[in-house]
Amino acid sequence: MSDQHRRFLRLRQLPHVWCPGCGNGSIVKALLTAIGDLGLDQDRVAVISGIGCAGRAPFILDFNTMHTTHGRALAFATGMKLVNPDLKVIVIMGDGDASAIGGNHFIHSCRRNLDLTALVFNNGIYGLTGGQLAPTTPAGKRSTTSMSGNIEHAFDLVRLALGAGAGFVARTTSYDNKQMVTFFKRAISHKGFAFVDVMTACPTYFGRMNDLGEPYELLHYLRDTTSPSEDIAREHDESPPADLMPTGIFRDEERRDYGTLYSQRALATSGKGRS
Amino acid sequence: MKRQRLIQGNEACAHGALYAGCSFYAGYPITPSSEIMEILAQEMPAQGRVFIQMEDEIASISAIIGGAWGGAKVLTATSGPGFSLMQEGIGYASITETPCVIINCQRWGPSTGQPTKAAQGDVMQAIWGTHGDHAVIVLTASNVRDAFEMTVRAFNLAEEYRVPVILLIDEVLAHMRENIAWPEPGELPVVNRRAPESTAGFKPFADEGFLPFGAGSRYHVTGMAHGPEGFVAHGEAAARELRRMIGKIQDRVKELAVFEAAMLDDAEVAIVSYGITSRPARAAADQLRAEGVRAGCLDIKTLWPFPEHLIADIAGRVDRIVMPELNLGQLVREVERAAGGRCEVRALGRIDGSLMTPQQICDAARSGKLQAVGQENSK
Amino acid sequence: MNSDPVQVRLSGAGGQGLITAGVILAEAALLDGKNVVQTQTYGPEARLGSSKAEVIISATTIAYPQVTVPDILLCLSLEAAKKYMSLVHHDTLVVLDSTIGPEVTGRGRIVRLPMTATAVATGGKMAANTVALGALNRLTGLVSPESLRRAVLARVPERFRALNAAAIEAGERLASPAEAPA
Repeated sequence: MSDQHRRFLRLRQLPHVWCPGCGNGSIVKALLTAIGDLGLDQDRVAVISGIGCAGRAPFILDFNTMHTTHGRALAFATGMKLVNPDLKVIVIMGDGDASAIGGNHFIHSCRRNLDLTALVFNNGIYGLTGGQLAPTTPAGKRSTTSMSGNIEHAFDLVRLALGAGAGFVARTTSYDNKQMVTFFKRAISHKGFAFVDVMTACPTYFGRMNDLGEPYELLHYLRDTTSPSEDIAREHDESPPADLMPTGIFRDEERRDYGTLYSQRALATSGKGRS
Repeated sequence: MKRQRLIQGNEACAHGALYAGCSFYAGYPITPSSEIMEILAQEMPAQGRVFIQMEDEIASISAIIGGAWGGAKVLTATSGPGFSLMQEGIGYASITETPCVIINCQRWGPSTGQPTKAAQGDVMQAIWGTHGDHAVIVLTASNVRDAFEMTVRAFNLAEEYRVPVILLIDEVLAHMRENIAWPEPGELPVVNRRAPESTAGFKPFADEGFLPFGAGSRYHVTGMAHGPEGFVAHGEAAARELRRMIGKIQDRVKELAVFEAAMLDDAEVAIVSYGITSRPARAAADQLRAEGVRAGCLDIKTLWPFPEHLIADIAGRVDRIVMPELNLGQLVREVERAAGGRCEVRALGRIDGSLMTPQQICDAARSGKLQAVGQENSK
Repeated sequence: MNSDPVQVRLSGAGGQGLITAGVILAEAALLDGKNVVQTQTYGPEARLGSSKAEVIISATTIAYPQVTVPDILLCLSLEAAKKYMSLVHHDTLVVLDSTIGPEVTGRGRIVRLPMTATAVATGGKMAANTVALGALNRLTGLVSPESLRRAVLARVPERFRALNAAAIEAGERLASPAEAPA
């Protein structure tokens, strides 16, 4: 751990709760590298999370941090950002957090285009509760609530975000530190709602239940089941390779964000209330 | 003469919020509360404040809690179905000692029920709705001026005690127009959030005032059991913090009690009521007095913490307490407990969506026979 | 009207402007320095079928906010008349639109006036509520005529002010004191 990372950590709160081999530490490290590289003012960064393994990240991060309720991190962050527009608000969610219980907030946040950065630590399973099925568990994979294999179809969060209208949409993996740092910097710098789907490893549950119990096996799994692609046109591709999840930046468009539009509206109606 | 205005209960709530300095509203439309958000949608941007319509009520309460920690004075308004969804957030606001105001315009329930019909069926839910022992303050209003003043008071208490404050009104008051003396700026007290003495080393749960995110002291907020610094606490440390949070409300029951008493000094019958039901209660007391029955009334405006000292005092002096409610007997349980058998307590429930009439209350006050709790008398 | 409080119920079909009429009457009473409470049917009930607005006017504090038995009942539609004419006392002044036939009868002091027809003749059926207010007020002296005018003109959009001013006068003429029941 370098000084660059150490200054963003609450050392008294370590050790963290994540299992050996969990990819979350790698993601957090990349996030801190990105924040350091961008030169953000530590006092003006807020990290807001939901519930789950990913949700525990803010405990160890020395920013303004809020650990909220399951699925609602984006809604809390919406209030925070609207009343405090100069804060850089980064939202950390798990995959079940963002796309099952928080699915409604996720799609509306994409649509609303408030200036937030949303990261999903996507391990394809519910880790903190003991390895149950998530909306992102690939078809056929086992969990403690799908012992014979998942018979549902998995959510592709990138396509979901694209469909819901997010201005910046990317996918990376906790296997690829360099790509994570690049994408996080782009996402944080994007004015408007930015989403990065970060595929990561849960050796304790996803790995053990799917014959990938060794942490290195899961890293190879992440490498071998994803297909690097910087091709933005990819979003129009209706049939990606069946077993390969494309990584890359799928959309990066500047659109007027909610906060800017609200300020303009407020200015235009200033003093025109009825009372 | 003071400026009189004819306004609806919902309008009074909206303008009361503006008067109190509400700077952020997040909500989701629902009958019969929607006028509150419609007015604020118009007024807040024009006054440099922030309004947002969220995707549901869970998002609404979550957004206002986020807004409160961002430094705003915050409000959401809803009705029964939305209030049920907000219980998760109310629990979070309670354990994180977040100043926030929730107005619930009660309607007939459960479920979709009768959206345009009045009820007072959410009293229990307002007090006990979220899981776990927790602290909230619950207020009511019985007239349109009250709706304004109690909204301001709700903000003041939320700020002073760092607690979610729930204002329960109902469909009748929400849509009723009444002339009120319009409060001038400075007429009603407005409490603002206390800043901590020093920014450095601010502990968010050590009762040192309130410092928003981004103001120079980086700290942690969580819905998990936590200590003064916001990091996880277990066992006796968690218990101590929870006792402190509940105690800061419960130990101040007398100073939090807002009520209006009338004709109780020599009363043999006391009509104890709250919210809109206090209107027929007062009319019934007047009617009974005209008939020679020594009736008085107590309009309780602070439902929680429950002002049991008021009831204990009355119970020692009257023969009978009559308690009309637009439900099957919710707050009457607290009244019975506080009366402690010192007088008869008679519940009068009405659940057909209409307001109790003075005649129904008179009948209950006069008749010798005890009316069973929850028995509807909807003549 | 000598009683205090005075309880007024205005009824008709959804869309006839009864709730607006209730608010205007309440505003006029407020201009007279009275206390007032105004309530109404709300939601789908007010859009389909009959609509109702109630106003209570008093020189003192008003405890019960709803009408128990009206001192004055206005019915602008047959359906409303059928619904509310049974809920009056013997002294209630019941003002019916002439479109409601003589077969509809009941307790109270019943007056029939061609309010909707007068509104049409004045320039628009939608002014029937204002014609009715003018007529009711001439019959009862509920509020001062000036306050009624001020309240009407404050509530209606600019382009309808002339029509509504004419409608008040037409209503007042319709209910000249000679036509009021003893």
